[in-house]
Amino acid sequence: MSQEELVVERARRSFQTGRSKPLEFRLQQLRRLQSFLKERQEDIKDALQKDLGKVGNSFITHIYFVILWISLIYSFELTACPCKHINSFQHNTEQMQLVTPDFHHVCLFQVFHDEFVYHFLCYSGNAAIVKPSEISSTSSTVIKQLLPLYLDKDLYQVVEGGVPETQQLLKQRFDHIFYTGSTAVGKLVMEAAAPHLTPVTLELGGKSPCYIDKDCDIRIACRRITWAKLINCGQTCIAPDFILCEPSVQNRVVEEIRRCVKEFYADSPKTSDDYGRIINQRQFKRIVGLMEGCTIAFGGDADESQGPTVLKNVTGDSRVMQEEIFGPLLPIVTVQSVDEAIHFINEREKPLALYVFSHNVKLIEKVLAETSSGALVANDCIVHFLDSALPFGGVGHSGMGRYRGRHTFDQLSNLRSCMIKQLKMEGLNSMRYPPHSTKKLGWARRFLLSQLNVQKLRNMAMLAMLTCLAAFVVQRFLR
Amino acid sequence: MSREQQAVARARKAFETGRSRPLEYRIIQLKNLQRLFIERQKEISDAVKKDLNKSEVGTQLYETLGLEGEISLAIRKLREWAAPRPVEKNLLTLSDTVYIQPEPLGVVLIIGAWNYPWAVTVQPLIGAIAAGNAAVVKPSEVCVHTAKVMEDLLPLYIDKELYPVVTGGVPETQELLRQRFDHIFYTGNSTVGKVIMEAAAKNLTPLTLELGGKSPCYIDKNCDISIACRRITWGKYTNCGQTCIAPDYILCDPSIQDRVIEEVKKSIKDFYTEKPKTCPDYGRIINQRHFKRIMALVGDSAVAAGGDGDESDCFIAPTVLRDVKPDAKVMQEEIFGPLLPILPVSGLDEAIKFINKREKPLVLYVFSADEKVINRMRDETSSGGFLANDCLVHFSVSSLPFGGVGNSGMGCYHGKFSFDQLSHLRGCLIKKLKMEGVNNMRYPPHTPKKLGCARFFILKTFDLGWVGRMLLLALMAVVAAFVLQVRETQAKSKKMLLFLFVCLFVSFHVFS
Repeated sequence: MSQEELVVERARRSFQTGRSKPLEFRLQQLRRLQSFLKERQEDIKDALQKDLGKVGNSFITHIYFVILWISLIYSFELTACPCKHINSFQHNTEQMQLVTPDFHHVCLFQVFHDEFVYHFLCYSGNAAIVKPSEISSTSSTVIKQLLPLYLDKDLYQVVEGGVPETQQLLKQRFDHIFYTGSTAVGKLVMEAAAPHLTPVTLELGGKSPCYIDKDCDIRIACRRITWAKLINCGQTCIAPDFILCEPSVQNRVVEEIRRCVKEFYADSPKTSDDYGRIINQRQFKRIVGLMEGCTIAFGGDADESQGPTVLKNVTGDSRVMQEEIFGPLLPIVTVQSVDEAIHFINEREKPLALYVFSHNVKLIEKVLAETSSGALVANDCIVHFLDSALPFGGVGHSGMGRYRGRHTFDQLSNLRSCMIKQLKMEGLNSMRYPPHSTKKLGWARRFLLSQLNVQKLRNMAMLAMLTCLAAFVVQRFLR
Repeated sequence: MSREQQAVARARKAFETGRSRPLEYRIIQLKNLQRLFIERQKEISDAVKKDLNKSEVGTQLYETLGLEGEISLAIRKLREWAAPRPVEKNLLTLSDTVYIQPEPLGVVLIIGAWNYPWAVTVQPLIGAIAAGNAAVVKPSEVCVHTAKVMEDLLPLYIDKELYPVVTGGVPETQELLRQRFDHIFYTGNSTVGKVIMEAAAKNLTPLTLELGGKSPCYIDKNCDISIACRRITWGKYTNCGQTCIAPDYILCDPSIQDRVIEEVKKSIKDFYTEKPKTCPDYGRIINQRHFKRIMALVGDSAVAAGGDGDESDCFIAPTVLRDVKPDAKVMQEEIFGPLLPILPVSGLDEAIKFINKREKPLVLYVFSADEKVINRMRDETSSGGFLANDCLVHFSVSSLPFGGVGNSGMGCYHGKFSFDQLSHLRGCLIKKLKMEGVNNMRYPPHTPKKLGCARFFILKTFDLGWVGRMLLLALMAVVAAFVLQVRETQAKSKKMLLFLFVCLFVSFHVFS
């Protein structure tokens, strides 16, 4: 048996013991995960610094995002309890929709930029195999060594490795595969999942467009865009990939971005504590190559790390517009109007996020109505990720499935329909039994097509009762 | 360009005109579809009779009645389903507009099945239309007559560019699968489900797979066996067992096996007379290939009832097999026919163990008067659906998501679930270009002070719903106090007002 087969076998056996089911166990594991993140800050910090140049306080913010998510779970009180829903009338006995989570054996793949974002494998009661990206090698090692000290090491195992190990893992059978990464690999993951009919969640990427209306507050818009673009050196799946704006504001946009870069990273991003770096040489060369044939508005210096760079007058067929940048290059493509911008966006694959900066609510609504994307954010970037009530996920080539908050729980659960009847009132069932007749059909029609909202009826009955009670009290005691 | 390519290209072009987006248009299409089932009932029933020997009443009961209900529901609820769905805010998004916007996906491929050709092909179509998509409908070629009727009738009622019907067999389906869709909805078996998923992976097309499996049916020895068997018999032999959620096999204690057999035989006689072959309500196997397959499954299992068949008529009698072993031929694949094997088990534990050794089924049935038995069965197994003390009927509850898990499928539909499954639920966050000062905590250069602010905003969790309710209550109290003060009412009226206030308070909590 290969190492991967052994790992999966061990996880499945642990899952079958049933110990991941009780809510107390899951809460305990989540608390331990929280402890891991709090107690091992230094180790995590060092690893992030070595891999991504993430230093100082920016990583701590990152970690606290994760801690937030964990504490949100407490506030859900682990919504693993059944939800009752009483509805239509056609059956004489009570119908209950109990939506009870069912359990899966999940495999999780990570890319390098989201190393420590664990998608709550614990809280829907599953076992999970975690395969961190080998590209952020230091972080991967830290996870492998430290996580088992905190979490159940049979239920939640970490498998390190590169492409061969991942391929071996994908040959095994899982109940769900959660992959974050590129579209190309996303296709391979889904193809590998097909023989086992394993459902997948694919958090992919794409080129997230950012439209700036000429009549908006360009200064604030550019501040927010610059911040979002340069977090993690542009290596964020929801970073604004490129800007669309009218030619008349292009220069202003360039100036504002330049000003923000100076403000955020002092005179030299390279020496700034808060500016990250490209993960490795291969990515670095790829990003540098994207600048080919473009006019550099500022930046463009590339020695061991790519500095923030703005490209102007970029055309749709430039090299930089052919793939997701995933780096600190910000192309500006000029368009004559919002219609042209929409047309430009719709000619391309559906992005993970679409950003529009405008004061004009109608313009925002127009963009919303005439485009499609994983998410749409008006007048800011990236921050939708912080609202766990919003489902985070792509559409088309930017991904399938969604997560964050309750959505993660649902995504990694089987929402099983349950209906509990009684072995009584059999007479009512005669209308469905053969021999069939038009008369019976008439009854069936009446029952099946009646639109009685039983919940509403109950509420009305309660209200009527309260009113009667009120009238009685008034009559009896207040006269 | 092949015929299939053309149909898909035309559907995409029609979708891109945007005409399927307005709700009014979708409702018109749904109403037209409704008319089809009212006006063309005869042609529909005749075709289904030829394919599956279903009676006219049977076709209505098991196929079109459910569709009529789904269409009415979609028409009634469409505005609500398609409206933006506000979500809970947090401290960071307090002044923003945050919601989920359902949107059409684009062009959906619907591959139907032959066992309930109208029900399983048109039900996803209802969801596709309601969600504003275009849809290419590929009925199963196995139900020859119904496929033809669909091809002829659907274009007469609904937009034939947006919702083309493409008939054909395996080559045509393969050609369709080479095209790019925004969602594929397939009903059928697991083997083909895998092929479809592989084809979908090339374009990263999300899927809904409504597959099958062996749905177990556990009968507790202490329940009302007569009623249980009646319901099981109905669930099993409807459509000659060719139902994805038919109880595939029975698990029960050996001590009640004979009784179960007697009761099932009794119910068969009640439903289908002494001669099911001549009974208009008893169906036929879809074709000879399946006839041979099912007859071969009997293998060397002991026949307790029925067992006879007529290949020329594709008739197989309602059959019960007893003392079936786990390794019997009939237990190796989904039966999808009128054979009902009974496997004796020594109790609930053994039944649960037996079920868990196998693939997760589309539905699990348990017959028991004991809530503990039902709960244990539910808690210790997994399946798409779970139904206690009846069969099939969860299919007709549109508020329950219908779908499988593991080998029995992925995704779900019915009612609003169809709409959601065939929509993209897009997260929307609308902010303003104001209050930029608040954002300073996130901009570099990072400092511990800024981090402190960020911590507060990010980590502080308030139940904003509760806060809102308390504010409302406070407001009501202020109004009541004001009224009492200003009006200088008599003591009695003051008491009445106070009492009314208490009632409001109680109602508020009861109904919020």
